Amino acid sequence: MAGNPFKGRDVISITDFTRGDLELLFIEADNIESRAKSKPLEGKVVALAFFEPSTRTRLSFETAVKRLGGSTLLISGEEAISVAKGENLADTITMLDSYADAIVIRHRYEGAALYAAEVAEKPVINGGDGRQHHPTQAMLDLYTVYRLFGSVDGLTYGVLGDLRYGRAASSFILGLTLFKPRHIYLVSPPQLRARREVLEVLEELGIPYTEVEKLQDVLGELDVLYVTRIQKERIPDPREYESLKGSYRVTLDLLESSAKETLKVLHPLPRVDEIDFSVDNSKYQAYFLQARLGVKVRMALLSLVMGG
Amino acid sequence: MEGEGLLVRKIRSGVVIDHIPPGRAFTMLKALGLLPPRGYKWRIAVVINAESSKLGRKDILKIEGYKPRRRDLEVLGIIAPGATFNVIEDYRVVEKLRLKLPEVSQGVLRCPNPTCITRKEREKAVSKMVLVSHDPPAYRCVYCGTTVRGEEIHDLISP
Repeated sequence: MAGNPFKGRDVISITDFTRGDLELLFIEADNIESRAKSKPLEGKVVALAFFEPSTRTRLSFETAVKRLGGSTLLISGEEAISVAKGENLADTITMLDSYADAIVIRHRYEGAALYAAEVAEKPVINGGDGRQHHPTQAMLDLYTVYRLFGSVDGLTYGVLGDLRYGRAASSFILGLTLFKPRHIYLVSPPQLRARREVLEVLEELGIPYTEVEKLQDVLGELDVLYVTRIQKERIPDPREYESLKGSYRVTLDLLESSAKETLKVLHPLPRVDEIDFSVDNSKYQAYFLQARLGVKVRMALLSLVMGG
Repeated sequence: MEGEGLLVRKIRSGVVIDHIPPGRAFTMLKALGLLPPRGYKWRIAVVINAESSKLGRKDILKIEGYKPRRRDLEVLGIIAPGATFNVIEDYRVVEKLRLKLPEVSQGVLRCPNPTCITRKEREKAVSKMVLVSHDPPAYRCVYCGTTVRGEEIHDLISP
């Protein structure tokens, strides 16, 4: 592909990309099934270095690689690998760099993906690091909005849940800054408000946003409600987690009483109890579509980064 | 260095740091690792709260026999942007520099975020902070995005 801005590139943060880059990715995702027939990753190996437990992201990448004709090299869970024996991340990445054509990394420390990209010569794709970045999740979230509404621009968004420690929420908010959202409502308990550095980006770019505590106060205005769970593993104090879990819950009754008919509910999954099962079969539910589109977006990304 | 001759005589070789905002001289010594016992290797004159036509009050440091390291300018620039750094040889100023906030600080400012990859002991990741605001000064960690501001920055200087 002429002028492919993804070729050979590291994918660390959603903000490393431009709107034009993402639009190209969306077009590639639209067409990926026909492209996949030519097996663009045939003979290529992608290392999936998951130093932190993950099911969905790992399986999504694994499926994407295999559908493109490539093969995977999987390390999963710190106990299973040399890190548990004292090997550092840099040495593990150096080893993988010599085996694979690209490395997907997930790690519990912020900055691990950028550090891995500095160590590796091959492209490094961030599959989520610490509380900070999850760029491929943001790409598939934005693509889902684009598929549902035909555009990411001009919509009113509500991002609900753990905006402080949740990397999917932070990356989604940062991803929206590449477009022109009408308004972003950041809905969270006070303890889980978005981090200052994320808010500073919104302010620097003049993106209109409001921090609110109650979903009910803004639900009627929203076109997209992005729900995230409160992640026990990211909240340092277990007592704080106990006081916050279940602090919000999206039910069908709530949506039917207050939401626009056209509202779509997204969630990076897995959910715990923040979206009631009653929403699953409603017109509002878009999170299963989102999960399905995730494979297409990751196929498109791998194809652009590793392909022609 | 007006009037300060009354307090401390000229040095033969070493460095003189002048126009330090009052109260920062000891912060500088600490950041340079020149507090005792290591500091006993040099003859150090610390002038606190001297009169200054520019600043009203200022601190002055004279360190006899000290050869500045490359990172010193970065460290001192973070603590006292605007101060002057004079290298003295044979009683004469051979180099005079105005200290400034470094645009990028590599390996000098420690990221305060305990889950930043640069804080992981066994990794070789060197901290890298970029200047995002001059006044008040603020640095952002390239790896984890944590931003540090104002006086808090001084506590993050690695000795």
